[in-house]
Amino acid sequence: MNVLSVEALDARHGLLKAVRGVSFAVSAGEILALVGANGAGKTTLLRTIAGAHKASSGKVIFDGTDISNVPANKRTRAGIALVPEGRRLFGEMTVEENLLVAGRTGRKGPWNYATVLDAFPMLQPLAQRKGNDLSGGQQQATAIGRALMTNPRLLLIDEVSLGLSPVAVNAVYESLQTVIASGATIVLVEQDLSRVLRISTRIVCLLEGRVVLEGRTSDVTKEQITEAYFGLRRPATLEVEA
Amino acid sequence: MIDQIVQGVLLGGYYALVACGLSFMYGVMRIINLAHGSLAILAAFLVWYITEQLAVSPFIALLIVVPIMAALGWILQRTVLDRSLRSGPLTPLLSTFGIAIIIDNGLFERFGADTRSLAPNIGDLSYKSWTLPGGVTVGQLGLLTLGVAVVLIVGLQLFLKYAPLGRAIRATAEDPDTAELMGINSRSVYAAAAAIALGTVAIAGAFLGMRATFDPYSGGAQLIFAFEAVVIGGTGSLWGTLLGAIALGVAQNLGAQVNPKGFLIAGHLLFFCVLAVRVFAAGGFSLNWLKALWRSQPA
Amino acid sequence: MTDAVWVRRWSSVSIITIVGLAGIIAILAFGPLFLGSYWTSRLTTLFIYIILAVMWNALAGYAGLVSVGQQAFFGLGAYVVIRLSDAGMPVYPAIALAPVIIAVLALVLSPLALRLRGGEFAIGMWVFAELAHLLVNLDSLIQGETGRSLIALSAFAPDVRRANNYWFALGAMTIFLALVFVLLRSRMGASVQAIRDNEEAAASVGVRVMATKRTIFVLAAAGCAAAGALTLSTLITFQPKTFFSVQWTAYMIFMTLVGGLGTFEGPIIGAIVFFIVESLFGSSGVWYLIALGASALVFSLWIPRGIWGTITARSGIQLMPIGYRLLFRK
Repeated sequence: MNVLSVEALDARHGLLKAVRGVSFAVSAGEILALVGANGAGKTTLLRTIAGAHKASSGKVIFDGTDISNVPANKRTRAGIALVPEGRRLFGEMTVEENLLVAGRTGRKGPWNYATVLDAFPMLQPLAQRKGNDLSGGQQQATAIGRALMTNPRLLLIDEVSLGLSPVAVNAVYESLQTVIASGATIVLVEQDLSRVLRISTRIVCLLEGRVVLEGRTSDVTKEQITEAYFGLRRPATLEVEA
Repeated sequence: MIDQIVQGVLLGGYYALVACGLSFMYGVMRIINLAHGSLAILAAFLVWYITEQLAVSPFIALLIVVPIMAALGWILQRTVLDRSLRSGPLTPLLSTFGIAIIIDNGLFERFGADTRSLAPNIGDLSYKSWTLPGGVTVGQLGLLTLGVAVVLIVGLQLFLKYAPLGRAIRATAEDPDTAELMGINSRSVYAAAAAIALGTVAIAGAFLGMRATFDPYSGGAQLIFAFEAVVIGGTGSLWGTLLGAIALGVAQNLGAQVNPKGFLIAGHLLFFCVLAVRVFAAGGFSLNWLKALWRSQPA
Repeated sequence: MTDAVWVRRWSSVSIITIVGLAGIIAILAFGPLFLGSYWTSRLTTLFIYIILAVMWNALAGYAGLVSVGQQAFFGLGAYVVIRLSDAGMPVYPAIALAPVIIAVLALVLSPLALRLRGGEFAIGMWVFAELAHLLVNLDSLIQGETGRSLIALSAFAPDVRRANNYWFALGAMTIFLALVFVLLRSRMGASVQAIRDNEEAAASVGVRVMATKRTIFVLAAAGCAAAGALTLSTLITFQPKTFFSVQWTAYMIFMTLVGGLGTFEGPIIGAIVFFIVESLFGSSGVWYLIALGASALVFSLWIPRGIWGTITARSGIQLMPIGYRLLFRK
């Protein structure tokens, strides 16, 4: 059963087509890694799935339901959570408030204020610190914890390790193991290809808004990904633009 | 002199009441509601009407008017403000100004030009006072108004800090897009904030009616007082609004000492002085603009 | 073969419009000779409305400044005429000088006023208008709300006065329309466009946002002062309450929104619409005002381009050569 499937999705920024005819699917319990160069459309794709960006055409299907026209807050209540690019913490609110404000979706699940603090021990002494006063790693942990507070079935994470120290990256990925153990599905954007190959079960590579490589991570080699990443390998068929 | 300051502080209590809804709405939605004063007058008329019709105390009438005004705030947000917020920064000003005109003239059409007051309906509360040593009198109603203002502002602060809805309002005020991603329906949150703001406007309207007189066209003045209190206190904080309101009240009372017509003038002057100091502190006053002006003459 | 690209500012339609407009004004200049006393004074009012609408539109539509306090300059313009006349200046030169004096005042005020953003500017200007009203009331010549008449006007026979007012209003309207037109066609016109689209972005690419806003602010103050001075010449009596009423700004907002915010032609059309509506329903009092407020609300929310903007968006017609038309030829 596919938790998420995306069908022929198009999204624009004004006249610029950022996502062009993207289709893929993720089934329950998978970790899908979204890779691609800067400007390939990864962020826009995640935001469109979460409902923060309007699709110009195509479908987003979650748990068998077409949610293409559902507003972002209802998608979150249905079980999709996005850790946005740049974390976007509520900077004037404390870590505790950032977490609690997201915990009001009415969804049942393993995550609450206590379990999130258990999963991210680094946050425990910071509960009363304001979002603006956190380091990059602390912000990322808070942002992921905040998304978990909604008890998502599908967790979308934009740029897991951008700007984090290697120690912090390890800590964040360790905590993601807890998330997977809780039965959630994860779609993440990651620049570190070696790590992608180690942790993901499925991979989608975008180039200029199009999917140029998709498959089970075990079926692709690092060379294939690198070729797709830099556009050395064109997709077999190029769809004609309308 | 001391007496004037005390009276000014008490008057500031009323300004804080009327300013707190304006400040709240501006803080959450970045809307300056030009119909704010007119809505306060509408509330005053509603309290007066219910008081007269049901022969009850204005405080009982207020219990009915607060939910009515809150509902009106909800509807206003859903029908007008939501739409104006989406159409650019100028639209909320234009649409709320239109609403102000409708309310003012609608009240005139319904209630006529007569000046009203709730003072006759609250018995001796309207004139009873305590005399402090030194001959300073403290009116009971003035003290009650100030007390209500302080309680309201403390209550709003606690609500924003600890209540789930309060936190959602703060999150939405800071970043509505991200709030949506956390499952918060920003439209509902805005509507709730507008309802709360107009609930406070109802209270302000009732106290205006008790301590003074009002007529259908008093709204503009209330808007100006509220706005002056918000600006003097520094936008973005309810405590600042309280201090600004008190400063405004004190300035007006001292101004009245200088000249019988100095009451309003002193308030406006204080407002412009605060603005000028703020602009000056931000480095806004320099003579570069004169040179720039010279150069920018069309060739 | 290379493509030729050039910018065209004049189209045949816009040339016809300009010539037509000049023709209309030329014909109107003879108005008092054939119009009769009623229409001479009515058209004087229309010219004043057009000045007000065009000025408010320049502020909000071109500089992004929504003011609820333009009655300040309107009232001060009239007050300055009273003062100058009292000091012995002949009436009509005083009316011509008043806008210049108010322009200087606006220039002095501008560093403070233009630092205010959005709603702060809107109500800040209103506070300024209230302050101006209160200070004018303190003047012993005005005697508070009692006001004062422009006594010197009684030296003119009613017919002569009416004709003079008419010519002055027509002349002022022509001058202010021409000033806005020249402004939009100068380099500042492009800045105006950029500021309207995105003020911060405009500033970041070197558009002198402040200089542009200041020019428009001063121009609008002068225009409203001229309208106030001219209104005084028709009403004769200066009553502070009337002249400093926020109602004037309400009218300006109505005219601009209905005609089309941010278009050159819109406010002129809005003023004509307002003139007609007022002639037909002005006597029905409060419901008329409620309808004005409701129209402002409806236009701001659902018809933001106003009458003229909606027409041009549908048809692509542009009567005035203030935009740029990019033409390609193979």
